[in-house]
Amino acid sequence: MKVLVCISHVPDTTSKINFTSDNSEFDKNGVQFVINPYDEFGLTRAMWIKEKNGGTVTVVNVGSAETEPTLRKALAIGADDAVRIDANPSDGFFVASQIAALAKENNYDIIIAGRESIDYNGGQVPGMIAALLNQPFINGCIGLELEGNNAQMIREIDGGKEKLSADLPIVIGGQKGLVEEKDLRIPNMRGIMSARTKPLQVRPAIDSSSRTKVGDFEKPAPKSAVKMVDAENVQELVSLLHNEAKVI
Amino acid sequence: MSVLVYLENWEGKFKKNSFEAAQYAAKTAEMMGTEAIGVSLGETDDLAVFGAYGLSKVISLGGADFGQFDNYKTASALKSIAEQNSADTLIISGTLNGKSVAPIASIMLNAGLITNVTELPSSVSPLTLKRSVFSSKGFVNYSSEEATKIVCFIPNSVGVTEGSGSCEVVQGNVSLDATPTTTINEVDRIKGKIPLPEAERVVSAGRGLKGPENWGMIEELAEVLDAGTACSKPVSDMGWRPHTEHVGQTGIAINPDLYIAIGISGAIQHLAGVSSSKVIVAINNDAEAPFFKAADYGIIGDAFEVVPKLTEAIRNFKATN
Ligand SMILES: Cc1cc2nc3c(=O)[nH]c(=O)nc-3n(C[C@H](O)[C@H](O)[C@H](O)COP(=O)(O)OP(=O)(O)OC[C@H]3O[C@@H](n4cnc5c(N)ncnc54)[C@H](O)[C@@H]3O)c2cc1C
Ligand SMILES: Nc1ncnc2c1ncn2[C@@H]1O[C@H](COP(=O)(O)O)[C@@H](O)[C@H]1O
Repeated sequence: MKVLVCISHVPDTTSKINFTSDNSEFDKNGVQFVINPYDEFGLTRAMWIKEKNGGTVTVVNVGSAETEPTLRKALAIGADDAVRIDANPSDGFFVASQIAALAKENNYDIIIAGRESIDYNGGQVPGMIAALLNQPFINGCIGLELEGNNAQMIREIDGGKEKLSADLPIVIGGQKGLVEEKDLRIPNMRGIMSARTKPLQVRPAIDSSSRTKVGDFEKPAPKSAVKMVDAENVQELVSLLHNEAKVI
Repeated sequence: MSVLVYLENWEGKFKKNSFEAAQYAAKTAEMMGTEAIGVSLGETDDLAVFGAYGLSKVISLGGADFGQFDNYKTASALKSIAEQNSADTLIISGTLNGKSVAPIASIMLNAGLITNVTELPSSVSPLTLKRSVFSSKGFVNYSSEEATKIVCFIPNSVGVTEGSGSCEVVQGNVSLDATPTTTINEVDRIKGKIPLPEAERVVSAGRGLKGPENWGMIEELAEVLDAGTACSKPVSDMGWRPHTEHVGQTGIAINPDLYIAIGISGAIQHLAGVSSSKVIVAINNDAEAPFFKAADYGIIGDAFEVVPKLTEAIRNFKATN
């Protein structure tokens, strides 16, 4: 099995989000970057596939040199090799075009991406990669088992789940459930040491464009101060929710 | 030029999501000075009702291809109808199925795709929309100047008001592209529960509840409020509640009208998935719990005492109103 795991390089979930003073950009100052949490589930799942079926796990990121520590971390977790496509990931279409081009050369059996990146919350890249390659796309995937050339999957649907199957090659938008939280691999010392010498290939971007343009950022409107209600007087809360908030 | 909207159904039934999408499309079309047309796949309830939400026409596609949801076939049908009607804008509600269709449709239509949208367009030339980023810790205005654009908005973010009237319903005809095959083997819907993304009210509880055996009072409160139930991440990690209830930055992001957080501390990752709720109530026995900073209303108290009382008070209120 040749598995490609798409790794998005995102601010740590505890980050305070600020924008530059002219609101034109996300302010990276003091922000710690990590592997997108959704991609961590996919990476561990990919390791399991390799351990059971043999093969290779490649990780890819479309980004500038500053994302390399994130790719090295993925190598330390166990990926065999990494590819960084050297470009500014300007929108979902641009990123998907880059990854699809890599996939066309390498014929992966399974491409695992995350359901969404926690930075721009696009939820676009995996579906676009699938469509560019004309391969089945299973989004919100919470279960994946392989039987020969066939994949049995579970995906979340509104109000439940669905069991599906498809022949490889496939593209997955994954999340927790691909593996559980407790199963997530973290780098150990040996992994970190060996990651230093694993191949990290830097590829130039193919010619592609963005189809969307980013304008000004803004922060959510500040919340007005909380109104406290006495625990002995829940009736007051009911009145407030009815008369003031008008939600019941 | 026209605006097309995908009218998703759930086993033939339409939900608030579908009406919200229709109205979103109608209002966008109005800004563009054109009409909004619905596309419905498979056997469904009456489609003429979409006139009340501003659509001029609904195109219904039947047949074996649309018996079950298939992301590629849906995208391919939307593409075909878009071409037949020279639609340059396609509206899709960001449900789980919607999010699975939109990126595929964008490739098929060479369209600019803007997802996670929280408002109606601020401008239609070029199409400019506000979208949520960094798990609701920020917003950004996006625009696209492609000939065709697809807008995928967050369900329940723009709301819907019912008007009156009905619209024309026609049977459409499409020739689908050859697309990859996935086979659905089993559909498992949780019965009798309101799916979280579409719940207008949500009652959520965290580790403060001590154990899964104490969720009875949470479900009761949810029932009197006609609300969905949710939980914090550790609660689902420990298996107290199903994963489908986990809300937050790494769970489901929700934006109900009312979110009641009980025994949840209010960690930044939790808030990221719930902070766009219109009204937030926090109930916590620790006056210093961070949730109180993010809430509109707060009660400092023991959940085991406060929640049953609140349920009772709401029940009485409902009986008299
Ligand atoms: C990468 C990452 C991603 C994460 N993603 C998410 C996410 O998506 N969603 C999420 O929820 N968390 C997420 N977390 C976890 C988050 O940081 C918190 O640990 C978690 O939200 C805490 O859950 P809790 O509030 O239920 O529990 P606790 O923090 O233990 O809080 C329990 C609260 O209950 C109160 N309490 C105790 N007893 C009572 C009582 N009798 N009556 C009333 N109140 C009581 C306490 O005062 C306390 O405030 C993530 C963490 C990481 C590192
Ligand atoms: N710049 C990128 N490089 C590699 N993979 C990416 C990149 N951006 C997004 N992805 C993948 O696509 C998934 C969904 O991202 P998005 O569509 O941006 O929300 C992520 O979880 C990643 O797996």
